[in-house]
Amino acid sequence: MTVATGAPPPLPDDAIELAPSALSPAQRVLGGVLRSRELAVGLVLLALVAVTATQSSSFVFGSDGWRSLLVNPSILILLAVGQTVVIVTRNVDLSVGSTLGLTAYLTGRLFVDTGLPTPLVIVVAVLAGAGLGFVNGILVTFGRVPSLVITLGTLYIYRGVFLSWAGSDRINAGDIPDGFSSLGTEQVLTVPVLTVVALVVMGVVGYLMHTSRSGRELYAIGSDPDAAHLYGLPVARRVLVAFVASGALAGLAGVFYVARYGTVSSNAGFGIELQAVGAAVIGGVAIFGGSGTVWGAAIGATLLVTINSALPVLGIDDFWQRAVVGALILAAVALDRVLALRQERRLVAARDLDLGPPPPQAEKPSTSASSGSAS
Amino acid sequence: MSARTEAGAASPTLELRDVAKSFGAVAALRSGTLEVSPGSIHALVGENGAGKSTLVKIVAGVHRRDAGTFRLLGTDVDFGSTAESKAAGVAVIYQEPTLFPDLSVAENIFMGRHPLRAGRRIDRPQMYAESEALFSRLGVHIDPRRPARGLSIADQQIIEIAKAISLDAALLVMDEPTAALSGVEVDRLFAVARSLRDEGRALVFISHRFDEVFALCDMVTVMRDGQYVSTDAVAETSVEQIVARMVGREVAELFPKVPAEVGDVVLEVEGLNRAGVFHDVSFQVRAGEIVALAGLVGAGRSEIARAVFGVDRYDAGRVALAGRPLPQRRPRAAIAAGMAFVPEDRRQQGLVIEGTIARNVASVIRTRLDRFGLLTARAENKAAGPWAGRLEVKTSALDMRAATMSGGNQQKVVLAKWLATEPKLLIIDEPTRGIDVGTKAEVHRLLSDLAGRGLAILMISSELPEVLGMADRVLVVHEGRIAAELDRDQATPESVMHAATGSVTPLSQEVTA
Repeated sequence: MTVATGAPPPLPDDAIELAPSALSPAQRVLGGVLRSRELAVGLVLLALVAVTATQSSSFVFGSDGWRSLLVNPSILILLAVGQTVVIVTRNVDLSVGSTLGLTAYLTGRLFVDTGLPTPLVIVVAVLAGAGLGFVNGILVTFGRVPSLVITLGTLYIYRGVFLSWAGSDRINAGDIPDGFSSLGTEQVLTVPVLTVVALVVMGVVGYLMHTSRSGRELYAIGSDPDAAHLYGLPVARRVLVAFVASGALAGLAGVFYVARYGTVSSNAGFGIELQAVGAAVIGGVAIFGGSGTVWGAAIGATLLVTINSALPVLGIDDFWQRAVVGALILAAVALDRVLALRQERRLVAARDLDLGPPPPQAEKPSTSASSGSAS
Repeated sequence: MSARTEAGAASPTLELRDVAKSFGAVAALRSGTLEVSPGSIHALVGENGAGKSTLVKIVAGVHRRDAGTFRLLGTDVDFGSTAESKAAGVAVIYQEPTLFPDLSVAENIFMGRHPLRAGRRIDRPQMYAESEALFSRLGVHIDPRRPARGLSIADQQIIEIAKAISLDAALLVMDEPTAALSGVEVDRLFAVARSLRDEGRALVFISHRFDEVFALCDMVTVMRDGQYVSTDAVAETSVEQIVARMVGREVAELFPKVPAEVGDVVLEVEGLNRAGVFHDVSFQVRAGEIVALAGLVGAGRSEIARAVFGVDRYDAGRVALAGRPLPQRRPRAAIAAGMAFVPEDRRQQGLVIEGTIARNVASVIRTRLDRFGLLTARAENKAAGPWAGRLEVKTSALDMRAATMSGGNQQKVVLAKWLATEPKLLIIDEPTRGIDVGTKAEVHRLLSDLAGRGLAILMISSELPEVLGMADRVLVVHEGRIAAELDRDQATPESVMHAATGSVTPLSQEVTA
């Protein structure tokens, strides 16, 4: 029940014409900027880079510094984008770290054992990732077990497959054809190729999420799964596709891993799934689904990676580096909570403004009638 | 098919014959029969648990029927999903709005059917324009760009209606659409329903309000205990007839409060104050007494009750139960002292909706039932049994889940749960909201019975007849203050209205003059 003291009582019987609840466009734009999580996190990122640059100008302006700044986040951006697609549907994919490791090793083995051309190797690795995501998706949609548990299981299973396949073997930089490993260093207008690809992928996924029916259905499913069923939305199919997308992006991240580092050992991608979830949360993706954007997650990923390289430059020791990341996640969640409460109050207030003046005349206290009063 | 066309008459839009559906051992629907013609509004009435909602869910494709005939527009159908029924031209407005809180109002209307521009991209300007067109047809203004979160129930219902209209459905089913609407909104809804009827669509209208059924509908079908009872033209029947068929017995007295011996003061509230919510609220409730908090929706009645029970804070004042002061914001202390609280929204606040009946009934007294900190299902069943029996909860077993029960039975389970604590004071918010006539009378009889045994009852109700029939004393709340305290013989519809609206003109004199 709403609080009505001092305000007109809600919905009096003859409130004739209700005022429009539309805020003016200027207010909406201003509100959008203030509430835009992407912008807020982006500003934190810029501030971090700026402060670090004052301590060590090569962090940004040195050719190595510039390149690292841009290329380092590319792997996590891919994973965070995939994670966002899943989290938006009120699920989570914890297996992406193992998927990355497995597909990275697969990529290396294809180069070592087969003479497949590079583009085909990339396609096979991405498809393998998609296949692992498909397994997750099938288990989640038909197992009726929360995805947290399912993907925790497949995290260990995929890692186990990787370990028993690779053993103590590792892929070395020497095994990788030069044409492929140069992908990790090549640049387009000083921007590393990997970064360009990651940003293009992010752009495409974000565009689809925003402008396609199925993309919007992902948000609807996460916002209220029961309502999604009543709407007749193809919930199982959409969730399945979300997991396949997450797996495919993790597969691509595996390819990136090989291109970037050249070596793949059995701990490749270990623990990175939690960074991917953290990046999405910091970037404003609601952990219970229904809202958030891939841009936000990508900025969150960039912030996480940049912190890890910036804090040593700033002379902050290892313990505090981790604590800062943790604090950032908690701050993001706290901020979400505060903003959600404020938004809820604002929306309720906007609604109450709609209700118009109280009736000039006395009204009966209720509109319900007992049976028998009308016949 | 040829026989039908020869007959000349318009074939019914919806035809259900002897449809049955069971959930486990419980037969929710034994033989549902309903025939709705195009261009008519058909009322479906029956007590809670009569099978109306199950029937609706079969039509909507949520459930699959076990047996019987189901024809839509003359074709045999068997929907396996809501998407199939939608595609076949069925729109359903459920009792509880089902919206996506994070998404915009317009997306809630068009989810899955967004208007598209080139390249199958969503055309947002077009979507907003279509939403605005729908709202202007309904005579309301809701910003289609705002998120659905925070909308009033009435506005949410309007979005459901806009969605149903935009589907351009041949059959529109409305399951108690008016429960949360105010008078002007109900009128608007009825105008829309009539215009849809005049376009040749078929409408099914489920309601517990007979004045609405008689004002709006052409035909009325009565159901009882999962079975079809009768179908009549509304013009040729009467409320008494329909009520008698619904309950299968004559309803003797709707509000049978029996005067009980009034004992000591049980609840004493003094100078309760919360800035902006309620002010200087003082009253007493004695053993054996039913005291009603009446007033307009939003006057602060529920807030007062929640503060008394210790859920919400208050700035100043004192609450005492049986002479002992209660700390604020400590519902556990209130329960321990002998207070029980049945909230308005039983699904969200009163029940562990996924839990079994026994678990629900035993949930408040579990500390009394446990042995070495362990709680067995047997102990729960043993404690729940007598109460469920006394309140005539109609279920096959105590291990049934609460979510699968009808609204009336859910209310009884909530009551049983609190009565098991053997309270001194029962606070009950809207005891019969969404409950049908027969069960209403049972709930009233039960409350009267409890008062007769010395329980003090504080009842919040928006239904004036219920207030006047049940209450020994009426406290009328207006804008957070107790505007009037009326004894049973002083309380008339006029005097309560007068106090509830705080009208300057002496309304009661005008009316009685």
